[in-house]
Amino acid sequence: MKLSAYRIATNTLRTTRILSVKTESPTVRTFTFKDRQCANAKPGQFLMLWIPGVDEIPLSILDAKENGIISVAIKKVGEATQALHNKKVGEIIGIRGPFGNSFTLKEGRILMVSGGTGTAPMLFLSKKLASRVTRLISVIGAKTRDELLFMNGMKKTVDKEKTQIIATTEDGSYGIKGLATTPVERLLEKEKFDMIYTCGPEQMMRKVFDLAEKYGVALEASLERLMRCAVGLCGSCVIGGYCVCKEGPVFTAEQLREVKNEFGVSKRDFDGRKIPLE
Amino acid sequence: MRLANPTMLASGILGLSAESLGNIVKGGAGAIVTKSVGLKPRKGYSNPTIVQTSCGLINAVGLPNPGINEFVKEIREAKNFNVPLIVSVYGFSAEEYAKVAKKAVDAGADAVELNVSCPHVRETGSEIGQNPEVLAEVVRKVKASVPKPVLVKLSPNVTDMVEIAEVATEAGADALTAINTVKAIAIDPETAMPILSNKIGGLSGTAIKPIAIRCVYEIYEHVKVPIIGCGGITNWQDAVEFILAGATAIQIGTAIAQKGPSVFKAVTRGINAYLKRKGFKSVNEIVGLSHRN
Ligand SMILES: Cc1cc2nc3c(=O)[nH]c(=O)nc-3n(C[C@H](O)[C@H](O)[C@H](O)COP(=O)(O)OP(=O)(O)OC[C@H]3O[C@@H](n4cnc5c(N)ncnc54)[C@H](O)[C@@H]3O)c2cc1C
Ligand SMILES: Cc1cc2nc3c(=O)[nH]c(=O)nc-3n(C[C@H](O)[C@H](O)[C@H](O)COP(=O)(O)O)c2cc1C
Ligand code: FES
Repeated sequence: MKLSAYRIATNTLRTTRILSVKTESPTVRTFTFKDRQCANAKPGQFLMLWIPGVDEIPLSILDAKENGIISVAIKKVGEATQALHNKKVGEIIGIRGPFGNSFTLKEGRILMVSGGTGTAPMLFLSKKLASRVTRLISVIGAKTRDELLFMNGMKKTVDKEKTQIIATTEDGSYGIKGLATTPVERLLEKEKFDMIYTCGPEQMMRKVFDLAEKYGVALEASLERLMRCAVGLCGSCVIGGYCVCKEGPVFTAEQLREVKNEFGVSKRDFDGRKIPLE
Repeated sequence: MRLANPTMLASGILGLSAESLGNIVKGGAGAIVTKSVGLKPRKGYSNPTIVQTSCGLINAVGLPNPGINEFVKEIREAKNFNVPLIVSVYGFSAEEYAKVAKKAVDAGADAVELNVSCPHVRETGSEIGQNPEVLAEVVRKVKASVPKPVLVKLSPNVTDMVEIAEVATEAGADALTAINTVKAIAIDPETAMPILSNKIGGLSGTAIKPIAIRCVYEIYEHVKVPIIGCGGITNWQDAVEFILAGATAIQIGTAIAQKGPSVFKAVTRGINAYLKRKGFKSVNEIVGLSHRN
């Protein structure tokens, strides 16, 4: 199965105003705005957000409502994300997108493993999966308790009886002490899953991928690479022969096998050189 | 240099990694041109580096590339695809162009294309291609240091393109590529700000096709070397139009965003069907045909 599709690249920048800002954790804020073109965005897709005079950055779509209300969760890590965190309701931002492919909507027994803002597309995905799943286990990892994201949102999307949320923190301040991958092997030993979805730090996803391979479970992972054009022209975002902006960001285990020597290992820097993932 | 078909990848489109170039070959390109490489690594400009407008795309990526010493790895790998590999080269002086070209050819490039036409990086690209003396020196130095064909890629952002084309061929260019992007800008009305971080960029895509064809048409009347047409080609009709204007081969860039790498197969098939329908045996028979009518 190949998730690639060549979409028409007529996706011009439009400006819109920030409708709301919500603090989710000490480093993460959720922004909403109106954008008709993103109204039908699917879980896994991303948009390019222009911060006028500063930068344009790729962000996963956290939610897209039919009325065009879109949300994104932004972690403060550098100049652009800091500038966004300083923005207030009513200020202007620019949007291009939605770009890329999306997670396939599976039925049955689902395992989600996410870390950091990687939980954003997982929450969106769980909403779309709600009517299809018979069981959903969501492992959410963070460094500390106050950085755990969307725990409540995730609890509410799928039937209570079917859902189990497992939190992990590196400092042990909440849930299981360790990384998001810590409980995964035990889960795979115990239960059968029809699909694993994962999004978060790439080393984490690589570990989940290796476990999925070991236990023979299907997997889809959402990758991040440097984005410039987002339409498959500039080549900044390549992993193996794939453009993450166009043939990704969601990759199947089959595709990840082809790029095993890069996945979780290296990425391309701004000058196109391969550098180790930090 | 022989091409299996007259379609080539345009420089700067997915040309930074051998594996992406491999996809373009699978898509049917008769030759591949890499991203422009220089002597040293360059990070390029910060985003936004691209603006999609209603009639084309403006980019000011800023020539990001890992530098030739690192890039030779990709050249060696891309050698194995069995189509001619052309390495696009830029420099900040004639010596730099020559050094990079030599390293590229030593690593296995079948030809080099001199980017003397990038409209958005200072002291290289079009700043060289707009100055006849400097351009001639660059071409001569490169010719003297590599035993392979040297293509010169021309900028439309000049008053007299024919003069520049003549200077390049007199200095030894084996072929000319026309054209690189057309200087352009996009301004956002709400914020009253230029969108690109570099403010000015280069327009590509359908919007520049008639300009590019005019350039090829004019140059064809004045130079003897082959011309490679480039600018806004998305289908076989566009390609044929370029060939009738005087192009021997054509390059495709921006259209790949919409059509994917198989655009090369589609265009080649269309050209062949056209030749057959019109009773021509080869592309050569229609190169510059419009000048006779
Ligand atoms: C498909 C995709 C989805 C993403 N989704 C989210 C999300 O939902 N929430 C979130 O907070 N972050 C997300 N990111 C990451 C986000 O784009 C970066 O954190 C942001 O660009 C950093 O910018 P900065 O100026 O604040 O930091 P900088 O100091 O400029 O950079 C910090 C790091 O961010 C990365 N980065 C910088 N610029 C880019 C770029 N243009 N493209 C890709 N990576 C870049 C690099 O790894 C860099 O080392 C996503 C990235 C991708 C590729
Ligand atoms: C994103 C992008 C990057 C480019 N980078 C280069 C480059 O590095 N060197 C170069 O000679 N031309 C570069 N070009 C110009 C193209 O090779 C080509 O001349 C131009 O886009 C017109 O052709 P098109 O309309 O088919 O894209 C670039 C164009 C785009 C859109
Ligand atoms: S970001 Fe330009 S090709 Fe993917």
